[in-house]
Amino acid sequence: MADLFDGYPAGAAWDEVFDRTGAVRPSYRHVYEALGELSEAELRGRAETLARTYLTQGVTFDIGGEERPFPIDVAPRVVTEAEWDSVAPGVAQRVKALEAFLADVYGPQRAIADGVVPRSLVTSSTHFHRAAQGINPPNGVRVHVSGIDLIRDEAGQFRVLEDNVRVPSGVSYVLSNRKAMAQVFPELFSSLRIRSVAEYPSRLLAALTAAAPDGVSEPTVVVLTPGVYNSAYFEHSLLARSMGVELVEGRDLVCSGGRVWMRTTNGRRRVDVIYRRVDDEFLDPVAFRSDSMLGSPGLMAASRRGTVTIANAVGNGVADDKLVYTYLPDLIRYYLGQEPLLASVDTWRLEEPAALEEVLDRLHELVVKPVDGSGGKGLVVGPAATAAELAELRERLRADPRGWIAQPVVQLSTVPTLVEGGLRPRHVDLRPFAVNDGDHVWVLPGGLTRVALPEGQLVVNSSQGGGSKDTWVLGSARSTTVSSPQLLPRTLAFGEGVPLDASPADDRTEQQQQQQQQQRTLDPTDQAGAPC
Amino acid sequence: MLSRIAESLFWIGRYIERADATARLLDVHVQTILEDPWAEEDLVCRTLLSVMNREAPPEGTMVGRHFVLDQLAFDRSTPSAIAGSLTAARENSRRAREVISTELWEAVNGTWNQLPAHMIPSRPHSFFTWVRERAALVSGIVDQSISRDDTWNFLVLGRSIERADMTARLLATRALAGTTGPDWSTLLRSCGAHEAYLRRFRGLGSDETAADFLLTDRLFPRSVVHALWQAQACLDALDPAVGKASISGARRTLGHARTNLEYGALPDLIDQLPAEMLAVQRACSSASETIRQRYFPSGALTQWAGGVL
Repeated sequence: MADLFDGYPAGAAWDEVFDRTGAVRPSYRHVYEALGELSEAELRGRAETLARTYLTQGVTFDIGGEERPFPIDVAPRVVTEAEWDSVAPGVAQRVKALEAFLADVYGPQRAIADGVVPRSLVTSSTHFHRAAQGINPPNGVRVHVSGIDLIRDEAGQFRVLEDNVRVPSGVSYVLSNRKAMAQVFPELFSSLRIRSVAEYPSRLLAALTAAAPDGVSEPTVVVLTPGVYNSAYFEHSLLARSMGVELVEGRDLVCSGGRVWMRTTNGRRRVDVIYRRVDDEFLDPVAFRSDSMLGSPGLMAASRRGTVTIANAVGNGVADDKLVYTYLPDLIRYYLGQEPLLASVDTWRLEEPAALEEVLDRLHELVVKPVDGSGGKGLVVGPAATAAELAELRERLRADPRGWIAQPVVQLSTVPTLVEGGLRPRHVDLRPFAVNDGDHVWVLPGGLTRVALPEGQLVVNSSQGGGSKDTWVLGSARSTTVSSPQLLPRTLAFGEGVPLDASPADDRTEQQQQQQQQQRTLDPTDQAGAPC
Repeated sequence: MLSRIAESLFWIGRYIERADATARLLDVHVQTILEDPWAEEDLVCRTLLSVMNREAPPEGTMVGRHFVLDQLAFDRSTPSAIAGSLTAARENSRRAREVISTELWEAVNGTWNQLPAHMIPSRPHSFFTWVRERAALVSGIVDQSISRDDTWNFLVLGRSIERADMTARLLATRALAGTTGPDWSTLLRSCGAHEAYLRRFRGLGSDETAADFLLTDRLFPRSVVHALWQAQACLDALDPAVGKASISGARRTLGHARTNLEYGALPDLIDQLPAEMLAVQRACSSASETIRQRYFPSGALTQWAGGVL
């Protein structure tokens, strides 16, 4: 048994399946045993089916003009109920603090006046948009959807790596991974209680509807996509489809009379809420980049008049600036009066001269990131970089210390992943998604687990060759007792229902009689014609 | 057309549709049992059996999905299971071989030939997907290669009656199992209706609108009302002269069931959903019987009494 795990190496990182002694952790026992029962050929067959499912569904991305299925690994990632119950409130707390910070930044700026954050932090952020100043969203929500990236450090503790409150993507993979896994591994699902993720689209729609401008009774919600060539187009269409709303491109929208409309076969229709998957800079050529073809001129004006809600709000990028990240524990204490529930990763602010000197000395052992990047862009892992790269980096850090942060190399936790040599440890992170409807921050159970497929690789972004895993948050154990009869809803007694009709000619006994008669009278080989 | 042939055509339509609808029904239910940790496997399985009018083991024994799959999917001996109804469809196609197109025959016969290769109990979903694809292939060929004469009308008449019946059964699973079974969106998905429904109601769905959609939507082809309407249209085409003067026979039965749903008050219908759905199923069954008497009368069996004369 468990051939696939043979030669599974122990590493410095926290392995989520095996503890330091090599024993299987209780949370994974079931999955481990179920995977161990499969032969390698069987498991690879299932992996192939998963990939084929994705190809059929169109869950693909482009590599040099060829469509490849988005890599989904056969081995799931398991989060226990207890672990999740500590993570989810921490995520919700962070979202609330980020909301409060954004409302403050684009409003009274109390935190700056009270000295919690320096004014330069806000004003020097590339994503702080003066065009958004003074726009008050109808129900006060700016972060309708967020993705908080978490990692597990060497001790197994969850830490926040970064916040994404602009247009966090990846939730479609959570939904489609679950669907595909349930079809390919039914036996894994049958004895575990795995919390469902299916209600995400309805939660999102409810949050978007709740954010509609005041006085609109039946708001029209649309999803704004950059178009079919966008790498996340699959996600945009999936969300629109599962919410039953229109998926629009910039050219489908027209702003007129201070309102936003869409062009339909029945004339113009008013749009009340835009769930946009287009970056701030491209949203409105009047307010931002004038060469943008992806947005619609006049959107910001309509938004300012309060006739349309843009979700997520414009200018949110100031809150997920990686330098703001370093202030977040203070911001949580300041706005919410609570201690942060989730730890952060130690971070050097390179603006501070002492920190910059220390970082420059230890560059070969640190991770350095641009503050406004996403998708792992521009990130340099010290131990993996060449001397020339480090030298070039040193220059850039000196030139623009505000633009960078540095963190120690955190060994992300590992989970077994099917690669050529069998199941091998690969580093993972976790992006839980939170939906804020104004009254309540709901965190989708689980979230997107991204896995770095090359050995030892710590960068998990799909643009850098990452894959994903289905993430299972376990509920309490499945009860095997039959419910008491009083509580059971009614079932029809046998015979009370209407039987399924069948053609009298298909009555088996009659057929047999006919055939017997035939056999008695005729030997089939004597027949001249073919039997049918 | 020979009555015997017409009867075969009618049943090809019914059996193929039954295989399709049963596959959809089982697929969502099995998926729900697997995916939703709070679904009661025993209860969901019992509901399925009772709705399909199959005998369930006595109370107290757990009924698992394997039992249900054996009974309703893989049983080849009875036309009320998927494998059995595909087999029966093939037998009926053989009887009507000379009037149906070669393409249609090959689609039905090919399905039957491939059946054993696809019946893998550990991979029910791929079996159901395959059944749905084959059913779609057959009905596509029916619509494209058969003239709109009596051949087509009998095939579609069978298909429509079966569709109304199966959608009614599907609605009954929800009404009976209550909140423990799959929810409305799952049921809609099983009919391939979820996306059409979301578009019609712009995602602001409720249990009532979901029931309403599957019962009375005039545009969605799998709603009960649409299927009954289609069946009636086929009957009109088969017998145009009678229709003008009065309504009788199967048309009355089907029309009565349809108008009851169409013009009934929705809250009343939903309150009485199990009973209303049984009424639809009975109407389908009785219409089927009337059609048999009207179009496929089998001569009284001639009995030979030997030795008296």
